[in-house]
Parts: sequence; C-alpha cells; structure tokens
Amino acid sequence: MTKPILSIRDLTVEIPTRYGILRPVDGVSYDIAPGEILGVVGESGAGKSMAGNAVIGLLSPPAHISKGEIHVNGTRIDNLKGDAMRKLRGKQIGMVFQDPLTSLNPLLRIGDQLTETILAHLDVTRDQAQQRAIAALEEVGIPGARERVNSYPHEFSGGMRQRVVIALALCAEPSLIIADEPTTALDVSVQAQIIALLKQLCRTRDTAVMLITHDMGVIAEAADRVAVMYAGKLVELGPVRDVLTKPSHPYTDGLMGSTPLASRGKARLHQIPGAMPRLDNLPTGCAFHPRCPYSTDKCAADPAPTLQDGGGAAACFFPLPHKAKVA
Amino acid sequence: MTDTPLPQDAPLPEKDPSRLSLWWQSDFMYTFKRSPVAVVSFTVFALIVLAAIFAPLIAPYNPFDPGSLNLMNGFSAPMTPNAFTGETFWLGTDDQGRDVFSTILYGMRISLFVGAAAVLFAMVLGITLGLLAGYVGGWTETIIMRVADVQLTFPAILVAMLIFGVAKGITPVEYRDQMAIWVLIIAIGLSDWVQFARVVRGATLVEKNKEYVQAARLIGRTSPAIMLRHILPNVLSPVLVIATISLALAIIAEATLSFLGVGAPPTQPSLGTLIRIGQGFLFSGEWWILLFPAVTLLVLALSVNLLGDWLRDALNPRLR
Repeated sequence: MTKPILSIRDLTVEIPTRYGILRPVDGVSYDIAPGEILGVVGESGAGKSMAGNAVIGLLSPPAHISKGEIHVNGTRIDNLKGDAMRKLRGKQIGMVFQDPLTSLNPLLRIGDQLTETILAHLDVTRDQAQQRAIAALEEVGIPGARERVNSYPHEFSGGMRQRVVIALALCAEPSLIIADEPTTALDVSVQAQIIALLKQLCRTRDTAVMLITHDMGVIAEAADRVAVMYAGKLVELGPVRDVLTKPSHPYTDGLMGSTPLASRGKARLHQIPGAMPRLDNLPTGCAFHPRCPYSTDKCAADPAPTLQDGGGAAACFFPLPHKAKVA
Repeated sequence: MTDTPLPQDAPLPEKDPSRLSLWWQSDFMYTFKRSPVAVVSFTVFALIVLAAIFAPLIAPYNPFDPGSLNLMNGFSAPMTPNAFTGETFWLGTDDQGRDVFSTILYGMRISLFVGAAAVLFAMVLGITLGLLAGYVGGWTETIIMRVADVQLTFPAILVAMLIFGVAKGITPVEYRDQMAIWVLIIAIGLSDWVQFARVVRGATLVEKNKEYVQAARLIGRTSPAIMLRHILPNVLSPVLVIATISLALAIIAEATLSFLGVGAPPTQPSLGTLIRIGQGFLFSGEWWILLFPAVTLLVLALSVNLLGDWLRDALNPRLR
C-alpha cells in the first residue's frame, strides 16, 4: 500500500461526565490512502462523527482525545495546539457537512466564502482567488459559475448548495476530505449525483476521503473500503466488496441482513434484536454480545480483540465463516 | 435568519441603480408599504428628525441667543398678539420670552442626539460583550452575564442617575454644562447595554453551533474574525428591533433625567428640560409652556415605538 494520507492509531475520545467517563471512540485504528474513499458506517451514536471531529480537531469540550495518534501526510496532528493546528488543518483537511442549509453562511455570497477559504491557505491575490473560486464551482458542476459566484446561498437548491459545500471543501486543495453524512439531507436522485461527484473529484485529485454515513447504499456506491463501528469500537474493516458480501463480524452481518434488497422478495426483514447500549452502561466483554446470535460465555467475559488495520478481519472471537448466511 | 434583506443590506444606489429598485420591491418593503401604522409612524418620525436636523433653518428665533430675547414677550399665549410688543408666536413664549416652537425644535435636536448616541453606545457595548459571552463561554460568559443580571435588578433610570451623579461629582465645575450631554449619553447607554448583550449572546449560542461557523474554524479563521464576519451579521436582525425600541426608551429616559433636573442643563434644553420648566407654570395658567413640549415628546416616542413594533413583526418569519 502507498503511504497513507490519514493514519489513525488507537484513537480514543473521552467525555468526562458526572456518570463517569464515556468513550464515544475507543481504540480505533485505520489508514486512508491517496485517492481512496473509506466509508465509516454504524448506527447513530456509534462514534462515526466523533472520530471525524477528532481528526479535524473540532471536538467540543469536554470531549477530548485521551489516547492514540492521528497522522496526516506523516505529520502528527492530534497534539498540535492553537495556531499550528489552525494553519495545518484547513490546508490539509476539507470538510463536507451534513446539512447544506447551515453549512453556508446565509449572509455571504458564495464567492466570498470560497475566496475567504482560498486566501486563507493559498498564496494568491484576491483576483486569482476569485478565478479559482469560479473554477471550483465549475468543477463541481454548477452551471453559469461566473454569474452564480455572486449569489447568496438561499438562491440555490439543496443539491446545488451541497455542490457549493463540496467546492468549498476542495478549493484549498486539501489532501484529505471528511464528508460527514454529505447526502443525508438530500433526496435520492441528488444523492447519487453528489456521491458520483465526490468520487470523481477524489479520483482525479488523489484526495483521500473519509465518508461517514449510516447508509449502506451510499457505501456500496462510493467506498473502496469500509470501517464498521459499533459503540465506539471498530468492529470490521475491509474492502467494500468483502465486507458487504461476506461480512465476518456478526454485527456487520446483522446490518447487511437488515438492508432491504429487491432480490430478497417479500420475506420479513431481518432485525438485530435490542438497541445499541448506552455509553455509560456498556456490557462486559464484547459490547455486541447481548445482541449477538453467536455469543458465548467468552464473549461476555473478555474484551473483544482489537482490530488492526490491514488485518482485514473482524474484532470478534468467532468471526463468521465466509460462506455465512444472511438470516 | 429570514430571507428578508435587512435595511443595512440596502445597496448603494450610485453603484447599481437596479438593486435599489430590487430593494424597493423586496418582502421587507412590501410589508412596510402594506402597513399603514408603519408608514404613518415612519413619516412622523422622519419629519421630526428632519425638523431637528434643520432646526436653525426652520426655527423663527434662536432661543440660545440672549440678544434676540425680549423679556417683554414673556408669557405670550399661542397665536395671540403680545400685549406689550404686539408680536405673535405660534405656540406662545415662556417666562423669558423664548418662542416655544423654536425651543421645541432645538430641544428635539438634543433629545434625538442623546437618544441615538446612547443607543449606539449601548449597542456597541452590548454586542461586543454579548458576542464574547456567547462565543467564548466559560468564565468570560459567567462574569459578563452575572454583571448583566445584577444590573437588571436595578431600574435603568436609577443606574443612569447613579452614573450621572458620580460623573458630575468628578468633573470640574466649569466643564459641567459642556460635559452634561456626554455624561448623559454614557449614563443612559450604560443602563441599557444589558438587553443587547442578552439577545446577542442568545443568538450567538445558536449561530456558533451551525456548520458554517465550524467550517470557518476549520479553515483557520481566528475567533475575532469569525465573530465579526460570520456571527455578527447573522445576529443583527433582533438587535435592530431592540435598537429601535431602545431609542424610544432612551429618549424617554433622557427626558426623565432632564425633568428631574439631572440631565440636560437649561442652557441646552432638551424636551425633558422644557417640560420641567413648563410644569412650574401649569397652575398659573400658562399651559402652553408645558403642553407643547410634552406632546412633542409623546408623538416622538410613540412613532419610534410603533416603528419598532412593526419591525419586530416584519423581521420575525414566524409571525408572517
């Protein structure tokens, strides 16, 4: 594998509360290579977004990184403070937010928002920045970019606005883009366009993308590899085809089983019993064991094995054999 | 935020005339044109402001020029020729023969100036502290907002009197009359910043969690830049409403202070000072000395208040 752009090792985020210390992200490790899209999936509250926020250094106190390392292009960034962090993260990391309604300042022309970002990170004049802004808008497929650059966000539709947000994330030419549920607020046909756009842009620019979502369809469509998270832990990591068709962790298996497929006909949709445990009330051993159809006494007693990147396996004592079945 | 352009968005006409007509056709102007109360109160307010600005051109006499005063003209009734000089004054004269109409024009000037300057001062102070409290949080917020809470437990007029009294105590006697106006502005401004700070803090707490603020932080903008460029414009619309209503309150506060004799000095009479002077003659039958300044104050405060009420509704998308 080529040298990764983003490398996370044993990342742990802690939130001290009066109920004790919560770990929304617990010992997570993965790499993203240039031009690769890593899909991060999991239920609500599994720690997907927290991990993303940790990488860009926008954890809101009291949440903080308590353990582990984050490297971007070989530079360790989790221990950078203040100015150094500010300079680096905007330059190296772009972010596409979930809701295009709130991720653009309603009172600034989109051109001003783009040039603001460009001027902050590239050594160009105001005029050149304006040219780049127009080029960025053209690149994300906004028709009439030269005129539209002077429009306000409310003059765009949701899908167009999300394209602007992507242009905003790309315009400073970052090497890593974190897309936190970029399509959740959009309807399905626009969703497909945005995913295709994101995919194409990261291929042509060799940008690494961390695609956070709970939509398996989006993952199947866009990602090269998938990281499955459950209760703050990484439970499975592997190439998208393997994970989706031959899941080895029982949780991933359950997740796949509960995705509606046309080929499955009218059979009742499988569901994983129970709900994800609260972070202040995690079960002993493997966090998934109370809901796992294959659990044993060992699962309840010992913490599940930690998944290392490159292993391709699951964080489970008894990974499913690959011919395994969907319920 | 509403999509309604705020008045400060009004484009400069010399640059792009088509944008002026765009503004004229906007939602904001549409609701304005359809509200008779707003149109009338705005017209009245605009007339008063214009009259105050051009007072030296409009006023038939200069009430501050002792040379032009004739004591024989004292106590002339409105529209009645004076018994000694035969001169007629529209709204009569006071005990020293000053034309009431002219003193009202000049008094409005001072009332409006003090009111506007005090609101501006309160606004700058309140917005700054409110933004800081909302954005920075922590101890900064605790200190600012507790000071605000403490100040809210005292009536604003009491706070203003306290500040006025202290300031008067420390200024040398010979500067007192000159300084009185400025001290008045600071006193009223300091008694009024709390409202701005509270509203701005509340709005800032909402805005700072929006993703565009996170995006600005992500690209490495510094906190002051984010506060000024991104958050401030987005919290301005409630501020605008409060500023309008505060203007009415500040004008009344100034009149109250002046009426109590601690505000504008008799050499620079505001409407409040005129009312104080006039109430001394009420029982001896010279009603016009009190009535006309009082009615002017009433109309002024009412028009500003109605305008503020309309603005609050116009800028609130939920009420439309």
